[in-house]
Amino acid sequence: MSAEVLSAVHQHAGEHEHSGSNKLFGFWIYLMSDCLLFAAIFATYAVLSRNYAGGPDGKELFHLPYVLGETMLLLTSSLSYGFSMLAMHRGDRRQVLVWLAVTFLLGLGFFGMEIREFGELIGAGHGPQRSGFLSAFFTLVGTHGAHIVFGLIWMAVMMVQLAAYGLTAVTRTRLMCLSLFWHFLDIVWIGVFTIVFLMGVM
Amino acid sequence: MFGRLTLEAIPYHEPIIMAAVGGATLGGLALLALLAYFGKLPYLWKEWLTSVDHKKIGVMYIVLALVMLLRGLADALMMRAQQAIALAPSEGFLPPHHYDQLFSAHGTIMLIFVAMPFIFGLMNIVVPLQIGARDMAFPFLNSISFWLTTTGAALLMVSLGVGEFSRAGWTGYPPLAGLAYNPGVGVDYWIWSLQISGIGTLLTAVNFIVTILRMRAPGMTLMRMPIFVWTAISTNVLVLFAFPVLTVTLTLLSLDRYLGMHFFTNELGGNMMMYLNLFWIWGHPEVYILVLPALGVFSEVVATFSSKRLFSYTSMVYATVAITVLSFSVWLHHFFTMGTGPNVNAAFGIATMIIALPTGAKVFNWMFTLYRGRVRFSAPILWTIGFIITFSIGGMTGVLLSVPAADFVLHNSLFLVAHFHNMVIPAVFGYLAGFAYWFPKAFGFKLNDQLGKCAFGCWFVGFYLAFMPLYALGFMGMTRRLGHYDNPAWQPYLLVAAVGIVVIMAGVAFQVAQIFFGILNRKKNLDLTGDPWDGRTLEWSTSSPPPIYNFAVLPVVQDIDAFTDMKQRGVAYSRPEKYTNIHMPKNSAVGVFIGMFSFMFGFAMIWYIWWLALVSVIGIVVTLIKRSFDNDTDYTISAEEVERVESQRFQQLATAGRES
Amino acid sequence: MEHSDHAGASHGSYRSYLIGFMLSVILTLISFGLVMNGTLPKAVLLLCICAAALVQIAVQLSFFLHLDASSEQRWNLLALGLTVLITLLLVGGSLWIMYNLESRMADHVQPAMHSD
Repeated sequence: MSAEVLSAVHQHAGEHEHSGSNKLFGFWIYLMSDCLLFAAIFATYAVLSRNYAGGPDGKELFHLPYVLGETMLLLTSSLSYGFSMLAMHRGDRRQVLVWLAVTFLLGLGFFGMEIREFGELIGAGHGPQRSGFLSAFFTLVGTHGAHIVFGLIWMAVMMVQLAAYGLTAVTRTRLMCLSLFWHFLDIVWIGVFTIVFLMGVM
Repeated sequence: MFGRLTLEAIPYHEPIIMAAVGGATLGGLALLALLAYFGKLPYLWKEWLTSVDHKKIGVMYIVLALVMLLRGLADALMMRAQQAIALAPSEGFLPPHHYDQLFSAHGTIMLIFVAMPFIFGLMNIVVPLQIGARDMAFPFLNSISFWLTTTGAALLMVSLGVGEFSRAGWTGYPPLAGLAYNPGVGVDYWIWSLQISGIGTLLTAVNFIVTILRMRAPGMTLMRMPIFVWTAISTNVLVLFAFPVLTVTLTLLSLDRYLGMHFFTNELGGNMMMYLNLFWIWGHPEVYILVLPALGVFSEVVATFSSKRLFSYTSMVYATVAITVLSFSVWLHHFFTMGTGPNVNAAFGIATMIIALPTGAKVFNWMFTLYRGRVRFSAPILWTIGFIITFSIGGMTGVLLSVPAADFVLHNSLFLVAHFHNMVIPAVFGYLAGFAYWFPKAFGFKLNDQLGKCAFGCWFVGFYLAFMPLYALGFMGMTRRLGHYDNPAWQPYLLVAAVGIVVIMAGVAFQVAQIFFGILNRKKNLDLTGDPWDGRTLEWSTSSPPPIYNFAVLPVVQDIDAFTDMKQRGVAYSRPEKYTNIHMPKNSAVGVFIGMFSFMFGFAMIWYIWWLALVSVIGIVVTLIKRSFDNDTDYTISAEEVERVESQRFQQLATAGRES
Repeated sequence: MEHSDHAGASHGSYRSYLIGFMLSVILTLISFGLVMNGTLPKAVLLLCICAAALVQIAVQLSFFLHLDASSEQRWNLLALGLTVLITLLLVGGSLWIMYNLESRMADHVQPAMHSD
């Protein structure tokens, strides 16, 4: 290739790298706003957390071993996503896909357990309409769950894009943004299990 | 199939509304027909609606703002007219059912669909140019944000003819805004138009923060940025942190309304006071979001039209940052009377007083800039001076209200209404100053300054006529949101206020004339140099309007007031040795489709058309996923093409007698 | 053409991810264990699980999100710092306000004095 074309390609590549790191920074900034979103819901939960309206409280409703199980699934999925990123930095597309699939399954498992718990509560008449406490509980845990669903959809799309396009500057940037998102969700979950489940049972 | 939507939703029995809807629809159709007749529709689609160019998007935001301003002013006119005549036994011409929608719509429109689009429009046009960048960090996201905002406005406008708007005020407090007292579509229209446009605004904040932190021209350190850019980043930091709280607040209210939850209900463990707490955590930063860009405009205008560097750049920056941080510490002053004890009230009262100080510092800096400057009294400077006087008065009444004991008497009286209009309308002066100041840059020709001055005169006099009587009425015990009253002592003041709004409308008429005659006479008022005001910042170094790529070669900055510095060093119009290819993003229809699907979603949720809501969500998700598989989103402008455009620019400069 | 990935941020290693994971597991087990065990007085328990949560958040920020004081991460750290500050202000302020309101309601029961 001629020098001009090479330099144009490099400038193009350089721009991609700049735009990639801008996208990553932009996503981090977005996550900061998501922190505020969760903070507002946490504050609401804190205010309503004793408003049982004669209904059940956390002690009656929460099964800590079950929540521990969910927590371990999500935590392990953070580890597996980390392995996926290491594979990406090595340029190993196949390993990226393998660890993404593991992460997806673990995340799906977490979400499945959560849906099961919600279903049981609602079936027993302890749905979000029962009291302010339960409205706040379902909304806080449910918002986190909705974020997980969004992450899973994103993960599935990424697996398709990796299969189709491989590891390009664009797919790498997206995987790194998803990494930020996925780890962020595990960090929020630390707050959820501590404030909702552990404190709810105390 | 259509949820709760029936033909009865159209307000056949309300002649005023039917006339407005009919007029608007006919006018809209006529405009569409004209555009189609002159073959402008493909041009509009290709060059504007699908544009990802920050300059075009900024103009569209301002067009939206100006259109909504007319609607908001129409609401104001009707309210003033009603209050002027509705002294018992007269009930005026507006039943309470209609009047309540008017004040709710007026507030929502002016704050969310006039002021917000106006500031984001100005920031969009100006910020990338002022920092020496080619576009925003995320041009495609920019387009999506614009269309989400437009969708919110569209939903609000549609509420006039299909159903009704909220009657719970622009603040939507429960229990009135809850399902028990307002099961109809009004509150839902309010919720969704705010929710959808709010998401657009949040995404814009991410865009501006990354742009300003990451895309400044070489040499432009943070402390060399124009003050308008400082206020822009502060504004967007406020948006970033405040808007998620609004999203949550509206979502919780929606969960109560749609799924029967108990966040803000009276029974089963809800806490209505938490709504006010959450709402104003957003609501207070929101008003600083509205005012900070205006303060930024004034800093630019004062320096430019005094032909002098801004006094004490550093303290301006610190004042801006101080305002930003402090604006998160005062929100309780919106509900002093809700029942918190004296310690809590005093703490927030003191914080409220403190936040007046940095704004005061800014006012002094502007005055010291004007002092001994060679001041050109153009329309932008008049708006600035009008602001300084008027905002200071409003600020003082604010400090008065910040004393909880005083607020106990004045809360929700017309004194409060006068105070906040005394703050917000001067902010609008700022937007209008920015409009006059940057219009030539955006369109390539100047507006008639005489008409601009007449507009200012009318707005200024009209404002005082319309709002000073309200202070007196507040002391006389008149509360806000009254559709009729029985105290004859109030009427003379309300009549004066009604005259005031008419004078303001005259000001608007002058501005419409300004634009109309400006376009008509544009060939005689061309801005050939790109620098009609002897500007000091980088946007004035480009042509008017700038080329799509803004800068053929990114400027290298060495000082504050980068362009003045370049002019002084004799490098303002230097020709580069060679040009390179420039990489630009392609236009995209995705923003329009996202807007369309969002509108469908909002409408479906309002009318309980669940299948349509689901289809719309799927549409949004599929559109975005499809876009993510699109690898052909950029194009290259060849170096030869850039050279051609730039040569034209230099020719024009030579014609105008301005060379390096 | 493959880009070698040198986009600035540190990427971690198997070792660092595993350390982060193990620390997180331990901290989680401590919190759950203490609460399920139930012998500690409530105030102490509260302190422990909050401390464990904060430490685990720091662990995950560091080992999973690679947040540190390096020049590439500086703005991210600053953004997080500002976010934490605003969050504390807003959540703390809300709790203060809402508790104050509740304490002035007619049906408020004054909290009992601690006996230990």
